[in-house]
Amino acid sequence: MKIAGRSILPPVAGRGGERVQTAASVSRREAWARRLPLLPAFVYVFLVTQIPFALTIYYSFFSWNLLKPGSFRFAGLQNYASLLTDDLVRSAVLNTVVLTVCVIVISVVLGLAVAMILNSEVFGKGVMRTLMIAPFLIMPTAGALIWKHTLLNPLYGLLPYFLTPLGLGRVDWIGRFPMVTVIAVEVWRWTPFMMLIILAGLQSQNPEVLEAARVDGANALQTFRRITLPMVRPFIELGALLGSLFVVQTYDSIYMLTYGGPGTDTTNIPFALYLVAFQGFNIGQASAIGVVAVIITIIVATFALRTFFTIFQVEPRR
Amino acid sequence: MSDRKLRPPDRNRMFATTILGLIVTLVGAACSGGAGGGGGGAGTTTVTVGSVDNPSMTDLKKLVPDFQAANPGITVNIVTLPEDQIRQQVTQDVATQSGRFDLFTIGTYEVPLWAKLGWVQDLAPYIAKDSSYAPDDFIPGVRSALTYNNDLYAVPFYGESSMLMYRKDLLSAKGITMPDHPTWDQVAAAAKAVNNSSSGLNGICLRGVPGWGEQLAPLDTVVNTFGGRWFDQNWTAQLTTPAWHDALTFYTNLLKDAGEPGAGSAGFTECLNAYNNGKVAMWYDATVAASFFTGAAATNSGYAYAPTKVKDWSGWLWAWTLAMGSASKKKDAAWTFMDWATSKAYARLVGTKLGWQRVAPGTRTSTYSIPEYQQASAGFAQVTLDSISHADITHPTVDPVPYIGIQYVDITEFQQLGDQVSQEFAKVIAGTESVDAALQKANALAQTAGNAYKH
Repeated sequence: MKIAGRSILPPVAGRGGERVQTAASVSRREAWARRLPLLPAFVYVFLVTQIPFALTIYYSFFSWNLLKPGSFRFAGLQNYASLLTDDLVRSAVLNTVVLTVCVIVISVVLGLAVAMILNSEVFGKGVMRTLMIAPFLIMPTAGALIWKHTLLNPLYGLLPYFLTPLGLGRVDWIGRFPMVTVIAVEVWRWTPFMMLIILAGLQSQNPEVLEAARVDGANALQTFRRITLPMVRPFIELGALLGSLFVVQTYDSIYMLTYGGPGTDTTNIPFALYLVAFQGFNIGQASAIGVVAVIITIIVATFALRTFFTIFQVEPRR
Repeated sequence: MSDRKLRPPDRNRMFATTILGLIVTLVGAACSGGAGGGGGGAGTTTVTVGSVDNPSMTDLKKLVPDFQAANPGITVNIVTLPEDQIRQQVTQDVATQSGRFDLFTIGTYEVPLWAKLGWVQDLAPYIAKDSSYAPDDFIPGVRSALTYNNDLYAVPFYGESSMLMYRKDLLSAKGITMPDHPTWDQVAAAAKAVNNSSSGLNGICLRGVPGWGEQLAPLDTVVNTFGGRWFDQNWTAQLTTPAWHDALTFYTNLLKDAGEPGAGSAGFTECLNAYNNGKVAMWYDATVAASFFTGAAATNSGYAYAPTKVKDWSGWLWAWTLAMGSASKKKDAAWTFMDWATSKAYARLVGTKLGWQRVAPGTRTSTYSIPEYQQASAGFAQVTLDSISHADITHPTVDPVPYIGIQYVDITEFQQLGDQVSQEFAKVIAGTESVDAALQKANALAQTAGNAYKH
């Protein structure tokens, strides 16, 4: 596969930098002249991201509880070893997987459906699109609070009010179905994101191809399966991967809705980290969880970026 | 993909920009920033106070200009945060001895622990300097909770115990009169008698939301009076004993039979709303709750001491206090402010400037003899004062215990232990776990914490 001549990223990420030099074959001097103005930004990003990360790795090898002065000592891989045996961490990993997979699958399906509707000639498209994006623009904390109090509260919530005729009034949704509630709130939040990305894919579809399909006698379902879906597939992949990157880190809505409970039913990795770091003040253990979480995120991010570049590669090929 | 025909480039670039924009938004949202506070003017000392955002502290913030008028050399900067956040911030600050806060609000849970670790300043030498300060005027239960090795390490700003609040009209409609010292059996019977889900009235509101300072606080007092304890004298966890089983069964059944719906997410605020709106007939919670009653709740409420079973005086004890960081570099200025904010005169200042119902309860005995305050808190002042006076954090249970604390265990591990245990109990309240299974898990967690103290 050919690589684009122009990189959309500043030449700081290793490969991007080389690309500029070799492909454009500019002299070293010119290359540095181009890089120099970017250097402060690079140094800043490096300092604020890499130093804390290095410190986190360092602390993850120590046993250190803030509440116990004098507990700071080298512990080797003990923090990592206890991750394997810790019930809290094990259920957190499981919850993270369940949460991420459910949210991504459901929001991609819903997002695709909504995008299809908005891509057709439907009345009030502009207003609908704006309304659909709204959940994504509401702050996660505020959104979670609206769900918790205005919508789901068993005493005065809207949903129990509307479900009363069905005999489902006064159901404590958050207590009885905590994971379902968190998934519902996150799907509500991430569907607009998926919709936007998939809509971008749908709108770049050549109407002539669709017209040709219609002329050839393909029905709507066939057109969708054979032409539209393969066409937007990279966009769906991108949405799913970017989405999982962020859903893996869900924290706000869990904090506001369930506080990880009841029990540890909705404690995911970030929330487990919060509990260990700020309820137990166990810095060493929390650092180890953090390092593992970063490794998982990097793996997902690598796939996400790869998909990202495959989409943009096609641009110069005309 | 290679044979795909593409639209004109400008459109494609637009989508690229959209997606890039989305990513930038997301990354931007992930990196939240916080700005620090400013310093004081020339020649003045700035005292930084880290404070919990409860109403009494908000009032203190309003009255700071009065302090500054009398002490032009001292600027006071009060940083208020919600309880869980201030606790984290202050803990980090003192544990690393960074001295960001000169004064901070901590609870009775932290004071003895932090005094032992040397994180908070011994206040005895400062108190000795002010002959009018009268530390003996502090309510005895509170004073002893803040004392470590015979010296005060923090001074109370607000104190509370727990009591039963009930609607006299709703109970008498069913022919029930609540005694001053009710038993839990009487309360349960009354709750079931008035409970009428179809008309939207429930018997009692009890906290169910997980957290050691939330659901576990009232539940702990039930456990104590049922004869349970967290640890025996050898630090062996006691959560699988019949007393715990009975207490937890009682609490969850009472919630199920006659409690508020959605008990799993009900805390102080939720119960206050339910009680004020006449959705529940009784409420067992902090003594301060009565100061927030409105409407029928304010005019028709009766107040009884914390319900009991085996042990008398089962009410909890909690106080928000002002403490001085041992790493503070402005201790004299900090003390001047502390002295003013917890003095006898401060209660009068709040009363005359902001209204007598706003005076923080549960700190000084003398406050309770001010006629205006007595009038403003008629009905619950005596219950509050007696409950606090009788709450003994060193003898919280029927059987002796190696720890102090009524609705908590005063060890550093308890914050996490309490939260985890409380989460298990939340599952019992939600009906997704049995009492025995929850207690088994809780006992194992407690034993892990207790092992650190075994000899």
